[in-house]
Amino acid sequence: MKERSCSSAVLIILAALWSVSAQADWALNMTEGVTEVSRSIYSLHMQIFWICVVIAIAVFSVMFWSIIHHRKSVGAKAEQFHENTTVELIWTIVPVLILVAMAVPATTTLIEMYDTSDSDVDIQVTGYQWKWQYQYLGEDLSFFSNLSTNPDEINNKVEKNKNYLLEVDEPLVVPIGKKIRFLVTSNDVIHSWWVPAFAVKRDAIPGFINESWTRIDEVGTYRGQCAELCGKDHGFMPIVVQAVTDEDYALWLTEKKASIAAEVAAAARVWSLEELMVRGEQVYQKNCAACHQVGGQGISPMFPALKASAIATQAEQRDAHIKIVLEGRAGTAMQAYGAQLSAVELAAVITYERNAWGNDTGDIITPQSIQSMLKSK
Amino acid sequence: MTSAVDHHHGPATGMTRWLFTTNHKDIGSMYLIFSLLMFFIGGSMALIIRMELVEPGLQVVQPEFFNQMTTMHGLIMVFGAVMPAFVGLANWMVPLMIGAPDMALPRLNNFSFWLLPFAFFMLLSTLVMDGGAPDFGWTFYAPLSTTYAPPSVTFFIFAIHLAGVSSILGAINVIVTIMNMRAPSMSYMKMPLFVWTWLITAFLLVAVMPVLAGTVTMMLTDIHFGTSFFDAGGGGDPVLFQHLFWFFGHPEVYIMILPAFGIISQIVPTFSRKPLFGYASMVYATSSIALLSFTVWAHHMFTVGIPLVGELFFMYATMLISVPTGVKVFNWVATMFRGSMTFETPMLFAIAFIVLFTIGGFSGLMLAISPADFQYHDTYFVVAHFHYVLVPGAVFSIMAAAYYWMPKWTGNMYDEYLGKCHFWCSFVGLNLTFFPMHFVGLAGMPRRIPDYSIQFADFNLVSSLGGFLFGFSQLIFVLVVVKCVKGGKKAEAVVWEGAEGLEWQVPSPAPYHTFETPPEVK
Amino acid sequence: MKNSHEHYYVPSQSAWPIVATFALFFLAFGGGILINYGSPLLLTAGVGLMAYIFYGWFSKVIEESHDGLYSVQMDNSFRLGMAWFIFSEVMFFAAFFGALFYVRTLAMPWLNGEGDHAMTHELLWPNFIGEWPLLNTPATSSSVPSGLPDPFHLPLINTILLVISSVTLTIAHHALKENDREKTIRWMAITLVLGVAFLIVQGIEYYEAYAHLGLTLESGIYGSTFFMLTGFHGVHVTLGSIILLVILMRLLKGHFSADKHFGFEASAWYWHFVDVVWLGLFIFVYIV
Ligand code: HEA
Ligand code: HEA
Ligand code: HEC
Ligand code: CUA
Ligand SMILES: [Cu+2]
Repeated sequence: MKERSCSSAVLIILAALWSVSAQADWALNMTEGVTEVSRSIYSLHMQIFWICVVIAIAVFSVMFWSIIHHRKSVGAKAEQFHENTTVELIWTIVPVLILVAMAVPATTTLIEMYDTSDSDVDIQVTGYQWKWQYQYLGEDLSFFSNLSTNPDEINNKVEKNKNYLLEVDEPLVVPIGKKIRFLVTSNDVIHSWWVPAFAVKRDAIPGFINESWTRIDEVGTYRGQCAELCGKDHGFMPIVVQAVTDEDYALWLTEKKASIAAEVAAAARVWSLEELMVRGEQVYQKNCAACHQVGGQGISPMFPALKASAIATQAEQRDAHIKIVLEGRAGTAMQAYGAQLSAVELAAVITYERNAWGNDTGDIITPQSIQSMLKSK
Repeated sequence: MTSAVDHHHGPATGMTRWLFTTNHKDIGSMYLIFSLLMFFIGGSMALIIRMELVEPGLQVVQPEFFNQMTTMHGLIMVFGAVMPAFVGLANWMVPLMIGAPDMALPRLNNFSFWLLPFAFFMLLSTLVMDGGAPDFGWTFYAPLSTTYAPPSVTFFIFAIHLAGVSSILGAINVIVTIMNMRAPSMSYMKMPLFVWTWLITAFLLVAVMPVLAGTVTMMLTDIHFGTSFFDAGGGGDPVLFQHLFWFFGHPEVYIMILPAFGIISQIVPTFSRKPLFGYASMVYATSSIALLSFTVWAHHMFTVGIPLVGELFFMYATMLISVPTGVKVFNWVATMFRGSMTFETPMLFAIAFIVLFTIGGFSGLMLAISPADFQYHDTYFVVAHFHYVLVPGAVFSIMAAAYYWMPKWTGNMYDEYLGKCHFWCSFVGLNLTFFPMHFVGLAGMPRRIPDYSIQFADFNLVSSLGGFLFGFSQLIFVLVVVKCVKGGKKAEAVVWEGAEGLEWQVPSPAPYHTFETPPEVK
Repeated sequence: MKNSHEHYYVPSQSAWPIVATFALFFLAFGGGILINYGSPLLLTAGVGLMAYIFYGWFSKVIEESHDGLYSVQMDNSFRLGMAWFIFSEVMFFAAFFGALFYVRTLAMPWLNGEGDHAMTHELLWPNFIGEWPLLNTPATSSSVPSGLPDPFHLPLINTILLVISSVTLTIAHHALKENDREKTIRWMAITLVLGVAFLIVQGIEYYEAYAHLGLTLESGIYGSTFFMLTGFHGVHVTLGSIILLVILMRLLKGHFSADKHFGFEASAWYWHFVDVVWLGLFIFVYIV
């Protein structure tokens, strides 16, 4: 029959495709990665894959051979046998042995992956809807990392760049050759911090800390994505890690701390409405627009509108407005931004909300007033 | 006294036949039609997903709606299409295969069926509610599905309750029928395998559906009544939700494949004209799969941070399931070996099942290797795995069963040419859709995202085209069914040359009431 | 009816099932509407319709049974059906017991800084000291109870009540088998009284928990597991008591015979099941 050979042809092509792809670059196959663990996982993956291929070929050749030779149209007469204990025992025991052979290297690798002791650098990674926070424990350094892809690219208005959806404003910077321990948790729903090149994937569970570790061999920029459905913008919370040499890492640490200090200092000077509006718009787009939308109209009923809302327009709600931005609202997606943004950014974004989209209250919220509110808490 | 009761009449006329019926064949038909409808609704949602994923960027839908589509697609396919289809087949065939006059509890049977349309009406109605339908995935992990859920989650929870009640009662009915209604000489080890696999499936259903009911109840109280089962702040744990869900969820996926094994074990011997190889070992294999399925749930949770010993235990237990499943595959192949085969549509679907399910099984085995799963988890590799076991697995077996028994149901032969067209279009479409997902998954594309980075573009395009081919091919099936119901070559009692079993002893179409006195077996 | 296989009674068309689906649908959808939008209308309709159906459908079954339509085989179907139904109920409780064990043996120690998740305590909940029974919670926002019910006071009374009720029910059953109707009714009535007494005591216990101990559904995971487990059990006792009441009334009407009384036995099975669940509760929720 024609159909038979046709279907086997399709199968052979598919199998061939897969095996070719297995050796091709990582656009088709798992990345080998840049750590010892990622390489052992890769070789584990390839081993199991080939074992499966071999079994498949064995089983299906028997099957297709029967299909070709034991068909009624070529005059095959059916035999009537229907059991054979020896054969049945063999095909129960042999698979068990194969499985044992797979389990041994898998166990070793897993034990290795679970050993988070004796780390050189500890980083607490916290998932937020929809960004990551990195805290360098013992370094007094902490910042947020947001998607930096231009919305016009997402909405197909301009050409997409090659790191489309895999780029952030502030990458995580780590030294190579050091054992880095990640302490992964979440502020709201479950996220998962995943960088394929390190073979590190750890779910961020709110209220619990999960540990994981890596030791990177090569300098480079490594990209990953959140790997657990975490709501609307789950597809838009990438991870970028820059692995640098020890010296560059030390340099980066100093610079980063200095720029944070500068931001704090800026709170002391006087800010005009225009300055706050410009800064506020940036902050808003980056931090708030995901939920409250670019035009402030929100998404009913999950995310309230700010445009023409009581809280952002009425004078007597001014403190309530500041309070909810600083403290968030427990049990909702509205986070406490008091701990996430600098005083200047907070002042700017609240000023922006009270003056943008026709909310023209003329209110100016100063960084100093934010600071005193934060302190009084 | 019994003769006073008139249960020898044919079907009632008009709507009441369907609304009030206690006849297993009517109820079976209703289940099957309902599931086909759900397959199309869930499939249309899949096509919306594939449309959005044709190329990078947001084009067709917004992210929040995309998540609703993913969630509803998964829920509808699992609870609305595949499970009811198997229940429908059980209703039609189990009494016929064991020589029983009907299901053991006929009115309960009607109740179980009619709950389903209501449950799915309720689930679908969330699409028009303020805030939209559930958008937290068919696995609805807390706290995304509790604290952070849209208001419609309340209706989702109650819809699950309704569907759950339906499943439990339906399963109890199947168990009781099989245990109590067999013709006198039909011992357990003479039962057709479809009956065996359903007995075990029904056991799984009764064991795990109540756990799901309990789990969604905890969600309900967490959302509305201040409990803290899934909230660390109150001393609970979001991961507890996952343990409870997967304790249900993993047996659930076997609920969707064991009856399929049964169907394939009926069809392969028929078209090989040779008895099934290893009947007893098939029964033992099915039972071991079912028992093992209670001990592997955390393989869905390898990355959530369970302790090392747990990780190892669940890895080993999961890998073990390959052994009984392999026994089944080998038995089917051994049945074909030295047979005298013909390749009508049911057999084509059955052969494709064996090949493609095995591919899906192999990717399952790869996922079971815990360290490797750290790279596979929540990528399209997983999506490829489960569509390979569900679409050419569960769905193909249902198609095979439909072609196999349709002449018995309608009394007419289906159009063999159209049947083959349906098969080949589906076969090609499906592989185009789901095979490339292995590649993008391994290359790092996460699942449940409405937009992706550009290196995944080519394969996603192929997937989408394949998805449309596969989807629209199913219209051929509808055509085949309609033609077959309307007329065609009259079918004999023994429709297939090599067919054996009680269902072939009654005329085609099977009369409204069959086996009012039990038949002799062998 | 000697050859049980020859005439299995297949009821003809019936409107009860579809009406019952409407009832259950009203309950479910109505429950959703009540919770989300605050209107109890549909829910009430559902409850009413459901009560009507229970009455109507079961009357019909009883009538059929009296007409002698049910063979031995049919009787066996009912038995098996009931047994598997009870098994499903066991699994429902298993979910909640599972949650309890998980929280006690895994989650709480982790939050406490023991086992694999030591950093959880150090970084997130440094002030939390957990010990079962868990009165305080990691986040201090939940209401903290001032004490817990004493297991050897009301719960012990309840345990005794239920265990005795199982015994009295068995006595009633034996009496029925010996065709001593009066004795059956007497012991059945005692069983029912014990069941109701249990409910009253539990009511008192809940009242004390809420009013005096400050132990509520909102008291963190202890309150959650405590009230959900004992609450669902209480619901089952209520249901069981209603079933016992119905059986009692049927006994008064002269239903059941010494060798055929499946309705009675089913209710007895259910009652014993409820009793066994309570023993589990008494041990794992109250004592240990
Ligand atoms: C019908 C449904 C079905 C079936 C039958 C299976 C079968 C299997 N599944 Fe699958 N699975 C799903 C449906 C199913 N699965 C779904 C829906 C999900 C995703 C849920 C979600 O997250 O949304 C999932 C996810 C899933 C995961 C989690 C992945 C992740 O999220 O990271 C894992 C991990 O272990 C897994 C493993 C397996 C295994 C080992 C089998 C085994 O039973 C397969 C056994 C079969 C074979 C192995 C092939 C035949 C055997 C031989 C020829 C013998 C010789 C072979 C050897 C000895 C090697 N599955
Ligand atoms: C048995 C179960 C089953 C079945 C049969 C299918 C069938 C299909 N699924 Fe499935 N899918 C799941 C179960 C299933 N799926 C589950 C459990 C998930 C996980 C959900 C989650 O992550 O929570 C999932 C997720 C999922 C995703 C990932 C989504 C994401 O991660 O964001 C994708 C993406 O391509 C997809 C595609 C498809 C396609 C193309 C089909 C095709 O086979 C569909 C075929 C199409 C049709 C049958 C349509 C027919 C319609 C027409 C021809 C149009 C005419 C219309 C009318 C007449 C009304 N599915
Ligand atoms: C992840 C989603 C999300 C992000 C990001 C977000 N918000 Fe919100 N916001 C919410 C939700 C949800 C509420 C409603 C909370 C409630 O139920 O009271 C809210 C409420 C508010 C309110 C009160 C509105 C009212 O009418 O009561 C203000 C003001 C506000 N947010 C400002 C901000 C600012 C400023 C930012 C950025 C710095 C921001 N939000 C970022 C989700 C978000
Ligand atoms: Cu964060 Cu997905
Ligand atoms: Cu599983």
